[in-house]
Amino acid sequence: MKTKWYLQLLVYAVIIMGALAFLFPFVYMILTSFIKSAYSLPRPKEIFSVVPNLDNYFLVWNKNNFARYFLNSSLVTVVSMVGSMLLGCLTAYGFARFQFPGKELLFRVFLLTTMIPGVINIIPQFLIIKNLGLVNTYWGLWLIYIGGGVVGSTFFLRGFFQSIPKEYEESVLIDGGGNWRIFWNIYLPQSLPAIGTLAVLSFQGTWEEYFTALVIIKDEAMRTLPIALLMFNDKYATNYGWVFAASIIALIPTVFLYVVFQKKFVQGGFNEGGVKG
Amino acid sequence: MSIPLASQPQTGNKPPAATRMKKGFKQWMAVLPFIFLGVLGTAVFVVYPMIRNIIISFQDYSIMPNAENPFVGFENYISAFTDPNNKVLMAIRNTILNVIVTVPINWLLAIVFAVLINLHFVKYKLVFRTVYYLPIITSWIVVAFLFRFLFAGGEYGLINFIFYKVLGIFPEPVNFLSNYWTAMIVIWLFHIWKTVGWGVVIYLAGLQGISKEYYEAAQIDGASGIKQFWSITVPMLAPVTAFVIINLVNGAFNFFPQVYFITRGGPMDQTQTLPSLMYMQAFKNFNFGYASAVAVMMGITVFLVTYTQMKKFGNQKML
Repeated sequence: MKTKWYLQLLVYAVIIMGALAFLFPFVYMILTSFIKSAYSLPRPKEIFSVVPNLDNYFLVWNKNNFARYFLNSSLVTVVSMVGSMLLGCLTAYGFARFQFPGKELLFRVFLLTTMIPGVINIIPQFLIIKNLGLVNTYWGLWLIYIGGGVVGSTFFLRGFFQSIPKEYEESVLIDGGGNWRIFWNIYLPQSLPAIGTLAVLSFQGTWEEYFTALVIIKDEAMRTLPIALLMFNDKYATNYGWVFAASIIALIPTVFLYVVFQKKFVQGGFNEGGVKG
Repeated sequence: MSIPLASQPQTGNKPPAATRMKKGFKQWMAVLPFIFLGVLGTAVFVVYPMIRNIIISFQDYSIMPNAENPFVGFENYISAFTDPNNKVLMAIRNTILNVIVTVPINWLLAIVFAVLINLHFVKYKLVFRTVYYLPIITSWIVVAFLFRFLFAGGEYGLINFIFYKVLGIFPEPVNFLSNYWTAMIVIWLFHIWKTVGWGVVIYLAGLQGISKEYYEAAQIDGASGIKQFWSITVPMLAPVTAFVIINLVNGAFNFFPQVYFITRGGPMDQTQTLPSLMYMQAFKNFNFGYASAVAVMMGITVFLVTYTQMKKFGNQKML
């Protein structure tokens, strides 16, 4: 079927307009990040005629412990991502492959919690961490991120685990392997795209998590990047060159992961960042 | 759930209770190593907090050590609705507005863009998909900085620059974030811009799942492109649409970073939503009881909305 040229043109016009609407703010942000410390709102004319340079990037990286916050966030994110994946895979495997009394009930409780926004748990979660004496530690953050994220990752992975044919297990069983071997040698390798997708989502969710981190971490030296970014913004509110240079550095890890893995991505929801439902 | 039990007892006579207990115990021993940590984590950090929320909402709660935290009945709930500033009522109103305004726009943009990108003659589909998805992978905080910058007051904020200086549509530069309606509009645009790409990607996946044979058959019958869209594409996408709408409604119900990072609830708490109000009341003003009452009301509402939607759309697979 040949579509008329003017219809094709119209379609292209609409989707290119859409693409520009999404791209242009990013371009404007990147251009602004090249503007040298102007303490007032830079004029659009200045922004469009700026010469690209990395001065602001080097400046903010060495300013206000930014590099340190970047490392803090890396530590918090990587540990909680690995923990989330481990717990998610184990739990999903348990639900996908085993029969046990009370499974239906447990499953329904899990499902119920997905229908209630996770954000409302933040007050009691803070009180639990406080009772455990873990306020102002990364352990406090890890426990909330990992414990709060299990249900989401379990539901995400369970479907993939259930689609693995039972026949695959036979080779392991014949070799005398048990449930753990089946888990390691069959279920995990067979579900790598799903696990990878979930890992990227979890990474993104934790990397940009602000509200829990603000409540749990009090020590300035232990802050994570989102908190540092917001404080940086409050401190240098009108120095948009610095603010956006810092923001762009903070975006790099997630964008990088997404670009590298996007072809292997499997579908999920937008508000299930792996952290808190 | 209907998973056939692999080792179901023979039909007819049930095995004695002791045997069943023993079998159940054995099954638990087999599965426990796998689910123990996950179930424990969920119990401690998800299920118990929900119960604890309800308890705190009936207390005059203080985070000071050794505080008494007396039970005060429905006082927190009553004060939520009798507060002279009407903060909670404002938040509820804003939440309803957020859903009414953003869900239809978000949905329409998502399906239109996805259908157009999916047309057979469109090249570089992957490029379009990636560009549309960029805002999704960008953090809320950074996009909020960006929107505050674009909508900055004074004549050099880009939006003011275009609409006041260049086009002359605004009679004067607008101070977007210090007026209720303009602040709400910025919050809505921020949300829509940030999340449309998700719907586009989901719909694109759904469209690719429709078999080409339907369209070929329709062509043989001489159906036009528009006719094909309405009688094949739309009905075939119904389950995807249900999934998208449920998620969009839930997303619009839970505006939190959208408000917190753009206006901090201002001006004068007018743009607050229930989550942002709860968070600020708890961790800025230390009104834990009041904040928990807000949280409980919100939890119940969102649960009822989600549950009825899922019932209505037939048990859609949510994930």
